[in-house]
Amino acid sequence: MERAGRWLVRDIDLEVERGEIVTLIGPNGSGKSTTARMALGIIEPSEGTAWRAPRLKVGYVPQKLAVDWTLPLTVDRFLSLTNPLTAEEKASALESTGIAHLARAEIRNLSGGEFQRTMLARAVARRPDLLVLDEPVQGVDFSGEIALYELISSIRTNLHCGILMISHDLHVVMAATDRVICLNGHVCCHGTPQVVAESAEYRQLFGARGASQLAVYQHHHDHTHMPDGRVRHSDGTVTAHCHPDDGHHHHDGEHNHGDAKPGDEGNASDAR
Amino acid sequence: MLDDFFVRAIVAGAGVALVTGPLGCFIVWRRLAYFGDTLSHAALLGVAMAFLLEIDVTLAVFVVSVLVALSLLWLQRRAGLSSDALLGLLSHSALALGLVALAFMTWVRIDLMGLLFGDILAVSRSDIAAIYAGGAFVLAVLAVIWKPLFAATVSPELAAAEGMHPARANLVFMLLLAIVVAIAMKIVGVLLITALLIVPAATARRFASGPEQMAALSAVFGILAVIGGLFGSLKWDTPSGPTIVVAAMVLFILGLTPIATLATRGGGGK
Repeated sequence: MERAGRWLVRDIDLEVERGEIVTLIGPNGSGKSTTARMALGIIEPSEGTAWRAPRLKVGYVPQKLAVDWTLPLTVDRFLSLTNPLTAEEKASALESTGIAHLARAEIRNLSGGEFQRTMLARAVARRPDLLVLDEPVQGVDFSGEIALYELISSIRTNLHCGILMISHDLHVVMAATDRVICLNGHVCCHGTPQVVAESAEYRQLFGARGASQLAVYQHHHDHTHMPDGRVRHSDGTVTAHCHPDDGHHHHDGEHNHGDAKPGDEGNASDAR
Repeated sequence: MLDDFFVRAIVAGAGVALVTGPLGCFIVWRRLAYFGDTLSHAALLGVAMAFLLEIDVTLAVFVVSVLVALSLLWLQRRAGLSSDALLGLLSHSALALGLVALAFMTWVRIDLMGLLFGDILAVSRSDIAAIYAGGAFVLAVLAVIWKPLFAATVSPELAAAEGMHPARANLVFMLLLAIVVAIAMKIVGVLLITALLIVPAATARRFASGPEQMAALSAVFGILAVIGGLFGSLKWDTPSGPTIVVAAMVLFILGLTPIATLATRGGGGK
């Protein structure tokens, strides 16, 4: 995707299978949302293609959604925005996201976290084949965040849908994530995050249930994108673009997937 | 019954209000008030074209409104200006072009006041037929595109992602608006069409708990404004188009007062 002479993201090769959770992470402006929007067909890639299965039913939770105050819209009505739902379907979607009491509330009176749950409920209620979540837990408090991550992984099991999730959080990604793709204008690295379920520290911190849902993904970017579009690498060199295979990227040993126990060696599962 | 000019005026006005109400809700929700203004200002150019080419006025106004809407879409992609500035440019260029063209056609004697402020008391039976046929068509199409259009109003991105084709719905909506401008011009005049779109919808906002309800209420308030305005203009011998808009404004102000709040609470609404 190129905008105004600047490549927002480039060289993305991404596939989401049914029943799989793929998480995109990366710093601000690394092209996570742009990638998701290309995958959804909201924007057309300026180079390459985005292929979606025919008659693919998509559920989308955008990063931002501002409901104008002139629009009278209740949670209940918002749920059936893009397809008709029965009362039971709505009720169970609200139940599962923990906001059953808000069915009659006006959208514009919801708090950030409540609205986030509402958007998730809406996307889930239409029983999608592909669920795309752009920062699904923003504005949700920490215990709610864990509950929502648990919910997302149960959605995958129940609906057997593919989930493409975006998170700017470099440290906490779900254990249920099958693949993590790190973007920084291009695919920086990708791999499987390891579960920290057995770690005693995490059990203590978040309780047994919470711990099983958390994984730590330590990350160091080995290059920075400068304002003029050039790239400075950790070895001090500057190049016009960055490509994974240009010899400036040092994946081995820099990424530490999974266990965060101090002293443990990082096991870079995506080393090329 | 339709023999009486006053009854004809009420029937015609109510027909227009029935359509401008629901359509006006989308104008309010999407903050398109200035777009409505632009289309109605362009209507004057349409009138000039009708005289120049000797074609039907309503048809010419519709065509010019569509052209203005399409050039807006085109300019939005090309010109690199904000929609606000583009609308101002289109609106006043079209208005000025219309006035200049009319001035050139010295052989045409045209009632400019009637164009600007409408001439509802002069509607004929065929005008009423045109209003109701056009209005029924607009409402039917609106019902068909309601879901994608509403989804696109809430979030164009979400609508696009979930296969609702928001761009198509938007285009159809613009065409509907062009039709409404063409048929409403005669009732309230080009300067006041936007008022008939916006004021009843704004009044309905306080009483509605859902979008469909707001659209229906907006139509009701529009009809009340037409009836009130026409009786007012009969009583005080004022121009009917502006009096209808004044009546709509009075309804809006009444809606803001504590009386209305009490009425809604007492009426079982939320």
